Amino acid sequence: MSLKPKVSDRDHIQGNNSADLTIVEYGDYQCPHCGAAHPILKEMMAELGSQIRFVFRNFPLSEMHEYARPAALAAEAAALQGKFWEMHDAIYDNQQILSTRFFIDLAEQLNLDVDQFKSDMQTESLEEKVERDFESGMMSGVNGTPTFFVNGQKFDGGAEGLIQMLHEN
Amino acid sequence: MLQKNDVAPDFTLYATPDQKIKLSEFKGHNVILAFYPADWSPVCSDQMALYNEMLKYFKKYDAEIMGISVDSKWCHMAFAQSRKLHFPLLADFEAKGEVAKKYGVYDDDEGECKRALFVIDKEGVIQWSYLSPTAVNPGADGIIEALENLK
Repeated sequence: MSLKPKVSDRDHIQGNNSADLTIVEYGDYQCPHCGAAHPILKEMMAELGSQIRFVFRNFPLSEMHEYARPAALAAEAAALQGKFWEMHDAIYDNQQILSTRFFIDLAEQLNLDVDQFKSDMQTESLEEKVERDFESGMMSGVNGTPTFFVNGQKFDGGAEGLIQMLHEN
Repeated sequence: MLQKNDVAPDFTLYATPDQKIKLSEFKGHNVILAFYPADWSPVCSDQMALYNEMLKYFKKYDAEIMGISVDSKWCHMAFAQSRKLHFPLLADFEAKGEVAKKYGVYDDDEGECKRALFVIDKEGVIQWSYLSPTAVNPGADGIIEALENLK
């Protein structure tokens, strides 16, 4: 199964944007498996970040996880102020204590314009961005979270498998 | 296993403890049948929970999704409540697996449905079917592609 659409500048990208290796994660901020994968991926990027273009796309399972969608919106709202990855990390690092109030606290801690952040979280275009990510995951064959794609092909394994594969190659 | 262009065999199964669903009543709508082995087992839960998140996309294609397993209506009710599912789970319970057998997706060794998907068009004809390895959640991309091809 292959990734649709391909990675573009509409995506959140970290690492080396011109690397030959692109890893895309579809994740849910409240999913415990994604939470467990997060430090492993951080370590992977610390070690191999210069050789990897890493992309995160939202795949909130809203019926299962109350705060999955608000968290995705919080990260997207932070992105509008240039702090997507800071918010992304802060949410995963505090996955046990998510709440609507907590996203505002995080925005304060990250020195965001909080009023702007609050109003951005309500905008339709942000909802649409999250929805587009979800839709792309659905079309790409995402069957749970996290799901990884390596150079556009679905990777059959989790974060640890990913690192093992990188070390073998 | 039934294939594209086979007429979908009609059936009447319990969807809740006091309500039955008859497939032919859905003529005029597209139907997705998702046969799965059992309520509560981890992979199945993920698969049904995944489809639960996608109902509005299925609606866009005028498609109704129904899960089917050999679990009883009471078991389905508890499972659907626990997972907050907003689509029917049908009980292929008596005679056990009868509908799955008609569709050619009954696992005789386990006494459960295989993990199989059917997309049925508005005239009640199967337009796409897919048998997944039992341990693999097949996701929804095949379903969406099949629905897209119906347009």
